[in-house]
Amino acid sequence: MQRLQIKKDMMQLTNRSKVVSNKEMSFKEKLYIPAILSGMGVTFKHMFKKSVSLRYPEVTREFSPVYRGMHVLKRDEQGRENCTACGLCAVACPAEAITMDAAERNKGEENLYREEKYAAKYEINMLRCIFCGLCEEACPKDAIYLTDRIVPTEYKRNNFIYGKDVLVEKIDERIDITKRKKEYTID
Amino acid sequence: MIVLIFKVLLIIILFVISLGVAAYATYGERKVAAFMQDRIGPDRAGPFGILQPIADGVKLFVKEEIIPNVSDKLLFILGPCIFMITALMTSAVIPWGTPMVYEGTVLKLQVADINIGILYVFGVVSLGVYGIMIGGWASNNKFALLGAVRASSQMISYELAMGMSLIAVIMMNGSLSLTDIVDQQKGLNWNIWYQPLGFIIFLICAFAECNRTPFDLPECETELVGGYHTEYSSMKLGLYLFAEYINMFISGAVISCLYFGGYNFPGLEYLSSVLNPNLVAVISFGALFTKALFFVFFFMWIRWTIPRFRYDQLMKLGWQILLPLSIVNVLLTGAGLTIFSK
Repeated sequence: MQRLQIKKDMMQLTNRSKVVSNKEMSFKEKLYIPAILSGMGVTFKHMFKKSVSLRYPEVTREFSPVYRGMHVLKRDEQGRENCTACGLCAVACPAEAITMDAAERNKGEENLYREEKYAAKYEINMLRCIFCGLCEEACPKDAIYLTDRIVPTEYKRNNFIYGKDVLVEKIDERIDITKRKKEYTID
Repeated sequence: MIVLIFKVLLIIILFVISLGVAAYATYGERKVAAFMQDRIGPDRAGPFGILQPIADGVKLFVKEEIIPNVSDKLLFILGPCIFMITALMTSAVIPWGTPMVYEGTVLKLQVADINIGILYVFGVVSLGVYGIMIGGWASNNKFALLGAVRASSQMISYELAMGMSLIAVIMMNGSLSLTDIVDQQKGLNWNIWYQPLGFIIFLICAFAECNRTPFDLPECETELVGGYHTEYSSMKLGLYLFAEYINMFISGAVISCLYFGGYNFPGLEYLSSVLNPNLVAVISFGALFTKALFFVFFFMWIRWTIPRFRYDQLMKLGWQILLPLSIVNVLLTGAGLTIFSK
């Protein structure tokens, strides 16, 4: 009796807790057959429920608009890289996954880089990255975005360090990030 | 001569049907399991995965055949053979349909119409234990042996209650021949209405005899790796698995014959007065086949509903509950027969 009292006084986090009782089973319960039949009813009902599985390679599950996957380094409309290697993303990164080397734009490279400074090396360690999206929030130049692409598996840890060759979007196949673009980003 | 050719043909057809049903029961099992768990199940091989059993069969055939060094080679090979042969032999005495007629000769749709048909079924089913026991023993593996010991003690325990519940049916129908038992259940006059308790006992024991959930302790994966077939690979494993499904199909057919009128269905007599007897035979075979398949489905349905018994619970259920209940059922049947036959 006292134990019951304690149980009641205990903090309740959910309303799903039940007091366990070890009372003798009634004859009907001891027969088990009604319980088995009701269990069979449950399984039979499930036969007609819609399957939750997808035929994966052909059909993929739709990602949520706020999904944060593999990064992309954006180019502007003329195909110039947005990134100016300011390093704010690397500072913001809680996992310290981003490293970069800055370089000055030479004459004749105006069609490659938007501003005078650019990232000569830009690396993200995908094993360190926690996909929090803080780099995207920190970026003042609209350069880095998280997309709904999935980071593929690799056999070697070295292969998870993605350089500019993987991260910068190709000129002829732009990656749509309108879903992630926020109103307050400075253009 | 016609009779001989017909019997040989019938044996071949039954052989093919049993194997086909066993193959597609594996597919059916996976599909039923998938549907009951809100999944899709195999659907890659052919439309709706209909070719899956063939893919599985090919896989089993081309897999490496491993015979453990420490095993008893002869017995190791003999085990699955015995299990398969006994599983296939059982179908011999089941009356699959109304007789066919060919050039004035009446041909029974039954391989052997012996007057102790049901005893034959029991004898052959008990022989099946040897397949499991020999396989488990010859593997020289503790898990296999434990599984085999469990299987044989379980089958022996439940055979008693099964036999006792069967005695009630034999008392009612007054015959050990399956043909007679089926013939007395014309239309909807099925034994299930007179023997509900006996039917439940028989059904539970059939689950135990087939080593199906909730009594699948012999191959209980969580405790015994694979049970008696732990060491088996390739088609020898395939034979064990196939034979299990054949056993399910045959026990479904036997249950239908004993309690659900076999090939009888309401309107059979009208049909046989109108139609060609050969056509009626095919239709009645279809009726029995449907009933047997329903029980195969029922076996699967139970498998995905009820968890496995503990071993002591299994023994308690068999010896302390089912056996006394089946004896009570025999007494009740006797009392009922003496009261109502006067």
